[in-house]
Amino acid sequence: MGMAATDDQFHVLAVDDSVIDRKLIERLLKTSSFQVTTVDSGSKALEFLGWHGNEISMFSEASISPNNHQEVEVNLVITDYCMPGMTGYDLLKKIKESAFLRDIPVVIMSSENVPSRITSYRCLEEGAEEFFLKPVKLSDVNKLRPHMMRTKLNNDIIENGKPENEEKQENGEIITTGEADSEMQQFQTAQSLQQQTSQNNNNNNDNNKRKSMEEGLSPDRTRPRYSDLTVMSN
Amino acid sequence: MEIVGQLQKQFVDFSTSLYGEGFLDEQYLQLQKLQDESNPDFVCEVVSLFFDDSEKLLNNLATALQQQVVDFKQVDAHVHQFKGSSSSIGAQRVKNMCVAFRNFCEEKNLDGCLRCLQQLNHEYFLVKNKLETLFRLERQIVEAGGTVPVIVA
Repeated sequence: MGMAATDDQFHVLAVDDSVIDRKLIERLLKTSSFQVTTVDSGSKALEFLGWHGNEISMFSEASISPNNHQEVEVNLVITDYCMPGMTGYDLLKKIKESAFLRDIPVVIMSSENVPSRITSYRCLEEGAEEFFLKPVKLSDVNKLRPHMMRTKLNNDIIENGKPENEEKQENGEIITTGEADSEMQQFQTAQSLQQQTSQNNNNNNDNNKRKSMEEGLSPDRTRPRYSDLTVMSN
Repeated sequence: MEIVGQLQKQFVDFSTSLYGEGFLDEQYLQLQKLQDESNPDFVCEVVSLFFDDSEKLLNNLATALQQQVVDFKQVDAHVHQFKGSSSSIGAQRVKNMCVAFRNFCEEKNLDGCLRCLQQLNHEYFLVKNKLETLFRLERQIVEAGGTVPVIVA
């Protein structure tokens, strides 16, 4: 089975330290026709996403390993909140602070003992798309597809220019922050080089690692802020 | 076939009592929904994982509470894990016992914790026994050529 998502199938990375919950979320996601990879920690998740801490190194030939996970397209990350070591919140932050991963929608799952108002607010503030209370149900998983489709649509716009109807995306993704600038310049240079040499790879290459820096999007837009708190109940 | 009918009735009555007495809750029904022809053993597999995980946790809890100086944070971490896994499979009474247990951990009440561990052991082995009975009934129905009735909430 190929690692890259086809046009019809979305690939979800599920992160949970509990073997039971991993089995459950995997079944829930597969039942909804998603491709699934499960890992048991935040650090393994970042490894799988191709995040090496030093993002510039992603584009040097020498750093591309035989198990090149950069080629694996992940359309959504769903993670447990309470994990030893790197929590789901820490993972969320790392993803949203990364120039190459921030496009990936992230969903948090949590058991109810954590003060859910504060927790879910923090997570949504940090850019999580959804906050699910455990045990997660099929009805929760059904909410995931729109988030993945929206990101895919944004990425199509980046690749192919504005759509004909000039419709702007509501959660108009991202933003250049100061820190990411120099990385982005290197990224763009590397990207244009790649595009010249490999026309065929455009679909699978780092779709989720592109920043939406199209002319149409306002550079002042920040991540969506949530003033209305919605706690996902089961 | 009469035998199938009898077994099916036994199964339905037994399942109903498990829900009625709070051994199992809605989540167990959710697990059933995830089982189908392409994943016919899903529930059994998850429950087996739960059994293995639980028995490890119970041992860890016993060890942690026997220390000279009890680390209540560590005890709480184990109980938290147990609460999560029991909640995920719908073992309601076990989950509720974990909730009570966590309160004693917070209070650093060793006696309370020890009593809870005893009760937790009891509840766990009770539900384990009942689930194994349930699985046995299912197997017998299938072996007798029948289909396992679907329980709805």
